[in-house]
Amino acid sequence: MGKIEVIHPGLYSSLQDLGRHNFLKYGVPQSGVMDSFAAKKANLILSNSEAAPVLEITQLGPKLKFYEPTQIAICGAYLNPKINESVVLNNRILSMEDGDVLSFGKRVIGCRAYIAIVGGFISEKVLGSYSWYNGITKSEILKKGSTIEYSSSERSLHILNASVKVKDEYLNENVIQVYPGPEHELLSSFQKKVLMESSFSLDVNNNRMAIQLKESLENNLYSIITGPVLPGTVQLTPSGKLIVLMRDCQTTGGYPRVLQLSENGINTIAQKVIGDKVLFEFIEIK
Amino acid sequence: MKQKYPQIKPMGDRAILIDFEPEISEKTLKKLLIVKEIIENELVEDKVEVINTYHSLLIVYVFTIENIYDKVSSLKELISRANIGKNINSQIYHIPVCYEEEFGLDLELISKEKNLKISEIIHLHTTPIYTVYFTGFLPGFLYLGGLDEKLQISRKSSPRMKVEKGAVGIGENQTGIYPKTSPGGWQVIGNSPATFFDKNRNPPCIISAGDKVKFYSINKAQYLQISEEIKATNFQLKSEKYHG
Repeated sequence: MGKIEVIHPGLYSSLQDLGRHNFLKYGVPQSGVMDSFAAKKANLILSNSEAAPVLEITQLGPKLKFYEPTQIAICGAYLNPKINESVVLNNRILSMEDGDVLSFGKRVIGCRAYIAIVGGFISEKVLGSYSWYNGITKSEILKKGSTIEYSSSERSLHILNASVKVKDEYLNENVIQVYPGPEHELLSSFQKKVLMESSFSLDVNNNRMAIQLKESLENNLYSIITGPVLPGTVQLTPSGKLIVLMRDCQTTGGYPRVLQLSENGINTIAQKVIGDKVLFEFIEIK
Repeated sequence: MKQKYPQIKPMGDRAILIDFEPEISEKTLKKLLIVKEIIENELVEDKVEVINTYHSLLIVYVFTIENIYDKVSSLKELISRANIGKNINSQIYHIPVCYEEEFGLDLELISKEKNLKISEIIHLHTTPIYTVYFTGFLPGFLYLGGLDEKLQISRKSSPRMKVEKGAVGIGENQTGIYPKTSPGGWQVIGNSPATFFDKNRNPPCIISAGDKVKFYSINKAQYLQISEEIKATNFQLKSEKYHG
């Protein structure tokens, strides 16, 4: 079994897969990768199952020492990855040798990058998922000095043949695809106009549970009878703040749900950092 | 304009929301749970999870839904055929709560504000049969209906940073148990040694929507005794079939 030593954990790193399903009814959040597009791609490059656990890293990447040869791929945000002293690229198969150190530099674009490893990381599976979540799994975030395990790689992928077509334009995209939320109809036409025609910027309160937007929307709606919410639900608080719920969100909430992000919209906003501006745009339901 | 319920509409590209009359009532809950069961049986192939709240059902798909409007119309058809006159099976669970000073952090405050003796508060809290509407907020947190009006009290003006696992609280017209230690704004009146969420058990929660709950008062010695039994995994909540 391979081992990675965490020399530095980075800003916020955790193991995630495509989330925990069938336990919402017990109040267990879905969790899973914030940007499913990038995470699936990282696994695809390595011919892993798309649901294999990956390491999600945020803005400031970790420093990791590998103790057995393996291959990895990094997708999503470009955080200037380096193997030992050499700069490497995203969206490639990267070979790691015993003693190699993977580290990251200054963020170039995006917020979250995904490190996939051949065969997937080894971690405890709780309630059908590997995704780390406080109170469900033993680990919540990567800690300095801890170790992560991975399967010894029996197959070695041919590096030259395995480049994938990369569509990373979404990292520059500031339009977020949305559908009307259940309480959208309760908004006045003025509120609807402001919501769809002005840009909103990401506030400091932004994490795996929710992204709060800075600009307020004048609001006179009352709270609703507590109802179901999902990752991508945009809530409007009594003070007029918009909160975009993300993968670790609770299962129910009492604020009016004015918009619902598409899966694509969630992936796009997951790559934004504090201060970035976004614009909501309706898309047709197929 | 009078809206017709239930309303069925997509909520994004991975979920379908079904709203019933916006009210908190056992009648609506019963209707919801019957429809929920029908949908679960019908969509067993579809990899969906159906959750309920007070007056909504949400059908959550693992993948993006293809032909969502076809799904919506077949759900309409399915629901129109539902026999909502039938009864639902439910259990009543008896939950031990220690209301002693050590746990009942806000009993004194409620006593003053509501002009009730502490013994009266305990009596008012242990008398009703509460209805479990759904689980949300935290894993294993039950939304209970049926709190005596005399016990309704506003939440703390600033939430506690740490409310202990098992804490039994009151906030407005609701009462509930914190399944794990977490920040919280409810007035705390006691603590239950029972476990309400166990990730190593399947299902992780024993009590679910439609069940009933009744609290009974225990002293500190009994609390410790039950805690020991839980550690040795030979404690079970007393329960029986509920005939409403």
